Amino acid sequence: MIDMKEPLIPVVGVVTDIRIDTPDVKTFRVVTPDGKKAFEHKPGQCAMLSIPGVGEAMFSITSSPTNTEFMEFSIKKCGCVTEWLHSMEVGQQITIRGPYGNAFPVDTEFAGHDMLFIAGGIGLAPLRSVINYCRHYRDRYGKIDIVYGSRSMQDLVDYQEIINEWAKDTGVNVHLTIDREQPEWDGHVGFVPNYVKELGFSTDKIAILCGPPIMIKFTLAGLQELGFDKTQVYTTMELRMKCGIGKCGRCNIGSKYVCKDGPVFRCDQIDELPDEY
Amino acid sequence: MRKVSLDKLDLLFSAISGAGTLYIPVDTEAGSKYEKWESGKTLSNALNTVRSAKDFFFPQTENLMDFKMEGKSIEVIDTRSECEDFVIFGVRACDVKSFEVLDRVFLADPVDSYYKNRRDHAVIVSMACTKPRETCFCGTFGIDAANPDGDVVCYKTDDMLYMDAKTEKGAKLLEKLASVTEESDDTAVNEQKKVIAERLAKLPLAELSAEAFGSGKTSVFFDAPEWKELSESCLGCGTCTFVCPTCQCYDIKDFNTGHGVKRFRCWDSCMYSEFTKMSAGQPRLTQLERFRQRFMHKLVYYPTNNDGLFSCVGCGRCLEKCPIQMNIVKVMKKLGGSIK
Repeated sequence: MIDMKEPLIPVVGVVTDIRIDTPDVKTFRVVTPDGKKAFEHKPGQCAMLSIPGVGEAMFSITSSPTNTEFMEFSIKKCGCVTEWLHSMEVGQQITIRGPYGNAFPVDTEFAGHDMLFIAGGIGLAPLRSVINYCRHYRDRYGKIDIVYGSRSMQDLVDYQEIINEWAKDTGVNVHLTIDREQPEWDGHVGFVPNYVKELGFSTDKIAILCGPPIMIKFTLAGLQELGFDKTQVYTTMELRMKCGIGKCGRCNIGSKYVCKDGPVFRCDQIDELPDEY
Repeated sequence: MRKVSLDKLDLLFSAISGAGTLYIPVDTEAGSKYEKWESGKTLSNALNTVRSAKDFFFPQTENLMDFKMEGKSIEVIDTRSECEDFVIFGVRACDVKSFEVLDRVFLADPVDSYYKNRRDHAVIVSMACTKPRETCFCGTFGIDAANPDGDVVCYKTDDMLYMDAKTEKGAKLLEKLASVTEESDDTAVNEQKKVIAERLAKLPLAELSAEAFGSGKTSVFFDAPEWKELSESCLGCGTCTFVCPTCQCYDIKDFNTGHGVKRFRCWDSCMYSEFTKMSAGQPRLTQLERFRQRFMHKLVYYPTNNDGLFSCVGCGRCLEKCPIQMNIVKVMKKLGGSIK
């Protein structure tokens, strides 16, 4: 036995709750076998989850660090590991290691500011951690706007939490949109980038974007049209990862490793990276 | 400095193997390779081993851990064990330098304990080159083939092996070899260094310069039109990354044995399309992006993150082994216009 801690060796986690969010997104609640959080994290950080024999993959931690009881992961079914996770039942053990990456600067750059969260589809998962952190420390932040869109009403992740908790908070405005008309939907219809422009936010805010690359691209352009500077806009990135600690060599964009220098980047910092993501 | 007659190498190796398992380069049908020394095995005369020495610290495959699976339960089994002391004899200057390049990856926080375990237990006995060849360009990266680093440095003349300790570890090893070596001055070694320096200066790649590359040069080279022509015939076979002493990308894979799961680490290659492929997309779509990644990493990204140190040591293995004769020298010449 070697006495030294090894970052690649995970601990065991137990799935204590599985919530079906959308037809292809489930949210998994994870604790250690003795009922504690596996580790502490900051909003925006990620963890490696694995089913031995199937594989290991990186996921953003969707629960806020202010949740002292458990961690949550909202996961879209789209590959081997995620398919296996979706087939799990409560009580199943998995492995978990982390936390990985930097975090949103919630206690520094964000402090005292109005916040504008913009998410598309499963892109809400990493933002939920920050949103709930800001809601927990409500007096540290100004007005909070949340623009969230998905393909359909059924594809909105965390819909119950958004409607029953976020939308009821004072000083929090939730703006939901779906891509196409639906009979049971009386809210906004249209793509997120256009909706952001229609809503026309004042530029004295910090904006955080997460969603499909195409959504990020057009929303960023929209925000710039509204007068936002790239230094006010943050996003979180995703590339294939194996180690999570900047050694396996595959998640780099130029000289930056998304797993350790990211996943959170300010949009002006992304401009300095080569166009390969 | 100590010396030993070349016809007494067997005695020397026997004495070294008393200090730890000894590995020496030997000649085989597949070329020179490191093998565990035992009486009768003789030192290869080849300039360098076909494969680099990185296997000693970063093996091609290794078992990282095991898992016991029962119903819904998982048990993580730490399979790490303390490595035995070992000595690598005859490492060339380029390969010694490659350890520093690997150290900066694996020993950076958070430390890779598998790598560190082996590194801590190794003594590096390097060997100055006497006959560098036309594919050598270690000088481009500030490496002196006549004067390598290492715990103990050896210099071979026609009839003698001279040994000099460079570290505390090396001094300890030389103390243990006192009975088979004798004290020597450095006249012969200094003489030989001069001769080798002259040989090195005459190598065809002696003038190759890396000056154009280095830290912070991403925007200078990333969009260079030359990548297209350079990468056009690349087969994506990954041979260059396989033989490279500094290539350290890895994959982690699980193997289900039927009564448990073994998790392995294996060498991987940025030349393969699978390397960055995700269910959500592929950031390096064609061989051009993969080819560019490898050379940008060695010449720009790695130096940017490591105080200007290049991730190439000029060993020349890729020059010999690439099936289409494409290599880092051609890339440097084309992009940097770097023949002085």
